[in-house]
Amino acid sequence: MPIITYREALNQALREEMARDDRVYIMGEEVGVYNGAYKVSKGLLEEFGENRVVDSPIAELGFAGIGVGSAMAGLRPVIEFMTWNFALLAIDQVVNSAAKMLYMSGGQFPVPIVFRGPNGAALQLGAQHSQAFESWLAHIPGIKVVVPGTPYDAKGLLKSAIRDDNPVVVLEGEMLYNTKGEVPDTEYLVPLGVADVKREGKDCSIITSGKMVLVAMQAADQLAKEDIHIDVVDLRTIRPMDVEAIYASVRKTQRAVVVEEGWEICGIGAQVVDFIQRDCFDHLDAPVLRVHQADVPMPYAKGLEKIAKPDVAKTIAAVKQVMYRT
Amino acid sequence: MATKKKTAAKGAPCAVRTAGDPALDRELLHSMLLQRRFEEKTGEAYALGKIGGFCHLYIGQEAVSTGIIGQLRPDDYVIGTYRDHGQALARGVTPRAVMAELFGRIDGCSHGKGGSMHLFDRQTNFLGGHGIVGSHVPIAAGVGFAIKYRGGDQVCVCFMGDSVVNIGAFHEALNMAALWKLPVLFVIENNRYGMGTSVERAAAVDDLSKRADGYTGMDGIVIDGMDVHAVREAACKAIERARTESRPSLLEVRTYRYRGHSMSDAVSGTYRSKDELDEYQAYDPVFSLRDAMVLASTLTVAEWEAMEAEITHIVQDAWDFADASPEPPPAALYEDVLVDTTS
Repeated sequence: MPIITYREALNQALREEMARDDRVYIMGEEVGVYNGAYKVSKGLLEEFGENRVVDSPIAELGFAGIGVGSAMAGLRPVIEFMTWNFALLAIDQVVNSAAKMLYMSGGQFPVPIVFRGPNGAALQLGAQHSQAFESWLAHIPGIKVVVPGTPYDAKGLLKSAIRDDNPVVVLEGEMLYNTKGEVPDTEYLVPLGVADVKREGKDCSIITSGKMVLVAMQAADQLAKEDIHIDVVDLRTIRPMDVEAIYASVRKTQRAVVVEEGWEICGIGAQVVDFIQRDCFDHLDAPVLRVHQADVPMPYAKGLEKIAKPDVAKTIAAVKQVMYRT
Repeated sequence: MATKKKTAAKGAPCAVRTAGDPALDRELLHSMLLQRRFEEKTGEAYALGKIGGFCHLYIGQEAVSTGIIGQLRPDDYVIGTYRDHGQALARGVTPRAVMAELFGRIDGCSHGKGGSMHLFDRQTNFLGGHGIVGSHVPIAAGVGFAIKYRGGDQVCVCFMGDSVVNIGAFHEALNMAALWKLPVLFVIENNRYGMGTSVERAAAVDDLSKRADGYTGMDGIVIDGMDVHAVREAACKAIERARTESRPSLLEVRTYRYRGHSMSDAVSGTYRSKDELDEYQAYDPVFSLRDAMVLASTLTVAEWEAMEAEITHIVQDAWDFADASPEPPPAALYEDVLVDTTS
């Protein structure tokens, strides 16, 4: 099976879906002539032309709204935000327009649109460019929220997102674009709303998503050397959330740690913990712990940034705590 | 060129009909009177508690919706604001479906899920009333984008209030519409007040049509919004330009709302005088057309009375229909959050 980057996997998904359906177009800042700020749309302008690969002005609210209107009139737009930090300017269109249109029109106007772009911190970009918005978006009924952690999932999930008749938000890990993995060159889809057990283990569950899948896998590798075997559940989709997969894992291991990139308060982990206490309370041998970003805007200084972020060491410490192995 | 001619012939109902055409005048009068009487009834229903939430009446502005929407083809698109009852009726959404929506009933045009501010109707390409000031303007540009993407010759008409010109989304949408030559009519219904703040107190350039000057290729046009013929003629030209040349326009239609911003706001409020209201009402769009027709002997008093009676019946029928329509069942709560993709 070919080994390609997360970035190339997303590019393949876009190319395949644009070739398959001429209603699919991509719009955003620098997606065309520049080949994409993160090169996800590389080569698409050349292949599909400027009608379908549209360089927008720097006007997130405006082009997100153009996407919504075009979807209401029958197209299937993929709107690229250069980063989700900038997408806050467009959040009215995601929350008030895309997410609400089907409901408030009594089912008459579906909005088949994908909003995608890099999410979360990279390295030393400071507070305004280092934010993970999963929980903000997952709070809203009327949209689906997708968080691919591997190249395989990135391609399969994006293809499903483009074919979905609902608004789908795809949060790509900014630090994942160069990561590599096996991606088949044959047609496949990864269904939305279905989690994936990335590693089987009997001692403790790590429930995670997106960039933190890598962190969880590395933590699991190290813990295995100490004879602690982790079940890594990659949610892949935050909304709808595959609660059955969480339950199955926790009932097996009876201990859980939730690892997320965002902040603690009202974070995704809080929701996962709620699901677990509701339906797996009797199975638990320890309180569920969370690993997350420090409750501060991201600092620039390298040392401070490092301690602000969730990482392998913090994950291992949390697992050991729920195993009472400190 | 051949394509252009063909398109123009197909999409130009305006050119062949002029002011003074008795049949046209009758249609315009009927459309405006229906909106007027419907809205008066709406006010009554609100007072009786039949309609809840926010409710923004359109009374006084009927010439705008009638003068513009009446010139569109069925396959064109209309998108509006939270003051959308008149626009929906002018577009041909049935009075029954509009009233049932206001009553929050299952037979409403949005099946009771939208309410006064969110009237939608796929049948007539009415893409909604939208409750967030200005957020629908980029959506309108997106509809224009889709039309152009597919090589169609439809147009999209986007109604907005005067306060929208001060919102970022307005600028972003107009810039892209002009840049990409999208077939959209951006229609500012300048009724002089954004809620209770006058245009002069909100806009640094209060000649709102001048905002078009910022965008090459976009015409800015000022129209007397109390004169349905003036609105209609200007709209025809702008629609034609959009259809044949794919050029957007910015129409500033100067109109006036007789009622308050919403039902929670008194008729004249603290922000405007009774004299000002009287001044505009002297140029009422509905009655001035009626009077002109009577003067030109294209409408008799008996015909007027018959039209009034017919519309009174239509509006009462809409009320009765809405009143009899059931509330959405509890199961509807979870319907239409997402399109069901499992089937």
